[in-house]
Amino acid sequence: MTTTEIAPARAGESAEQPKPRRHANPWKRRAPLLPALLFTIAVTQIPFLVTVFYSFQSWNLVRPGSQHFVGFQNYVDVFADSTFRGAMLNTVVLTVVCVFVSMALGLGLALLLDRKFTGRGVVRTLIITPFLILPAAGALLWKTTMFDPVYGLLNFVLGTDIDWLSEFPLGSVMAQVVWQWTPFMTLLILAGLQAQSKEVLEAAQVDGAGRWRTFASITLPQLSRYLQLAALLGAIYIVNSFDAIYLMTQGGPGTASTNLPFYIYQRAFEGFDVGQSSAMGVIVVILTLIVATFTLRLMFRTFDVSGGVK
Amino acid sequence: MRLGRISLTAFTWLVAILFVFPVIWMVLTSFKTEADAYTDPPRLFFSPTLEQFAGVFERGFLPYLANSAFVTVVSTLAVLVLAIPAAYALSIAPVKGTSNVLGFFLSTKMLPIVAAIIPLYVISQNVQLLDNVWALNILYTAMNLPLAVWMMRSFFLEVPKEMIEAARVDGAKLPTLLYKVVLPVVAPGIAATALICVIFSWTEFFYAVNLTAARAGTVPVFLSGFITSEGLYWAQLSAAALLASLPVMIIGWIAQNHLVRGLSMGAVK
Repeated sequence: MTTTEIAPARAGESAEQPKPRRHANPWKRRAPLLPALLFTIAVTQIPFLVTVFYSFQSWNLVRPGSQHFVGFQNYVDVFADSTFRGAMLNTVVLTVVCVFVSMALGLGLALLLDRKFTGRGVVRTLIITPFLILPAAGALLWKTTMFDPVYGLLNFVLGTDIDWLSEFPLGSVMAQVVWQWTPFMTLLILAGLQAQSKEVLEAAQVDGAGRWRTFASITLPQLSRYLQLAALLGAIYIVNSFDAIYLMTQGGPGTASTNLPFYIYQRAFEGFDVGQSSAMGVIVVILTLIVATFTLRLMFRTFDVSGGVK
Repeated sequence: MRLGRISLTAFTWLVAILFVFPVIWMVLTSFKTEADAYTDPPRLFFSPTLEQFAGVFERGFLPYLANSAFVTVVSTLAVLVLAIPAAYALSIAPVKGTSNVLGFFLSTKMLPIVAAIIPLYVISQNVQLLDNVWALNILYTAMNLPLAVWMMRSFFLEVPKEMIEAARVDGAKLPTLLYKVVLPVVAPGIAATALICVIFSWTEFFYAVNLTAARAGTVPVFLSGFITSEGLYWAQLSAAALLASLPVMIIGWIAQNHLVRGLSMGAVK
C-alpha cells in the first residue's frame, strides 16, 4: 500500500478482534502491561512531582534547615536572572541550528546513499559511525584533536590560528553535536527515500519530469513526514544536550555556551540551590512539552501507529 | 553518463571519509606516543605503539568497564522482561486505551532528564544508592522502557492475525501461543530492541556523571576524568575513547538495519 495512508489515532483499538467471553475480565488483559506501566510511572513521574514541590521551596543545601515554602518566588527570581535567559536563548539556538544543519547534511548524505554503487554498505557503515562513538568520547576528541589552537587538525587544515573554543564556544559545541546527530538524520531520511514507490518515480520519468522536478514534486512531499519526524525526535534529544557542553566548554567562557541543562546542573550541583534549579527544571519541562505535543501528534496521526511506515 | 556515475561514487566516498575522519584520527592517535600526538603539522605516519592502551588499563579502566557492562546487561534484561508483555498487551491483545498508554510511554521519553535529577540525587542519597550501580540500573531501565515498548509493539504487529487466530481455533493456550506462534516471528525484533537498549545504556552520560563516582562510575565517567587531568594526554585519551566506544560501534554496525527502527521507536522501518 501507499505510505501516505493516514492511520487514525485509535488504530490500535480498531484493529482489535471481537473477543470471546472468556476474556471478560479486563484485569487479566491488563496484567502484562501493569509492571511496565507502574515502573515507568514510579521512576519517571514521582521525581518530576518532587521537582515541582521543590520549585516552591527556598532550599540551599549549603544552609541546612533553610528549607521553607516561598510560593512563586523562585520562578520570579529565575526569570529575572539574565544568565537563565541567556541559557534559554542558547538552548533555542543550539537546538534549532543543530537540527537544521544536521538535517540538511543528513538529506545530502541520504541522497548520496540512495543509489547503488560500489561499497555502499561500507560507506553507510562509515557514516553511522559518529553516532556510535560515545558522546563523551566524541566531545573530548573534538575539544582536543580537532579544535586545539596549536595542535588541532582544524587549524592545520584551514591554515588558521583560531582558538575555537574561546572565540566560538557555542559554534564549536554545535559542530560536535551536528557531527554526532547527522547519522541519525541520514538514516531516517534514507528510510523515507527508500519507502518511495519505484513505479511512481518511473512513471514520472516516463512523463518526462526532470530529476529536479521529480525530487521537488514527488520525493519531497513524500519525505516531508520523515523530515518532520526527524526534526522533532532530533530536537527532543538535542534540547537535552549536556555531554558536549560539560566536556568541551563547561558552559564558558563566562556563560557564552551555557544551555539550560548545563545551567540547571550548575545551579544544583555547584550552587546547591535546589529551589531555583527545580524551578528552572519545571520551566524546561513546560517548554519541552510544547515540542512534545507536536511530536506525539505526528507519531499518532501521520505515522501508522498500528503498523509503522513500510 | 558512466563517468558521471563514477565521479559521484568517488565523491560519496570522499564525503564519507571526511565525515568519519575524526574517528579515523582517534584510531591513529591511539597508537601514537604522546610525543607523536602533539606535532605541528600533525603526523600521519609514525611507528605504532600499544603503550597507550596499557596506560588506559593502568589508569584503572577495568572497574569502570565492568560497571558499564553490568549496568548495560542488567538494565537491558529488565527492559525486555517488562517491555515484551507490555507490548503484547498493546498489540496482539490490546487493552482499552491502548493509544493513551502508548502516548504516556512516549511522553516520558520527552521529559527532560535534567528536570528530575535533583530529586533523584536526593532520593538516591537517602536510600544509600548514590554511587551505586543499582541506581543506574533502575534509571536506565526506565529510560529505555518506552522505546522498547514502542519498538517491540511494532514487531508484534507484524505477527499475522491469521496465524494467531488459527492457533486459537486449534485450542492453543496463551503460553503455547506465545512460544510457538509469536516468538519465532518477533525474535529478531527482541534482538534488535536489546541492541538499541545496549547502545543507549552504554553511552548514557548525564545520570552517570551526576549519580556515580569512583565506585559505580561507568565508562563515560572514566572518560570525563580526562578533562581534569593536568595537561591532556591525547594519545591516551584516544585509546580510552576507542576502547570505550568499540563495544557500541560493533553492536551498532551489526544492528545497523534495525538502528533506524529503534531510533524512531518503531515508527520507521
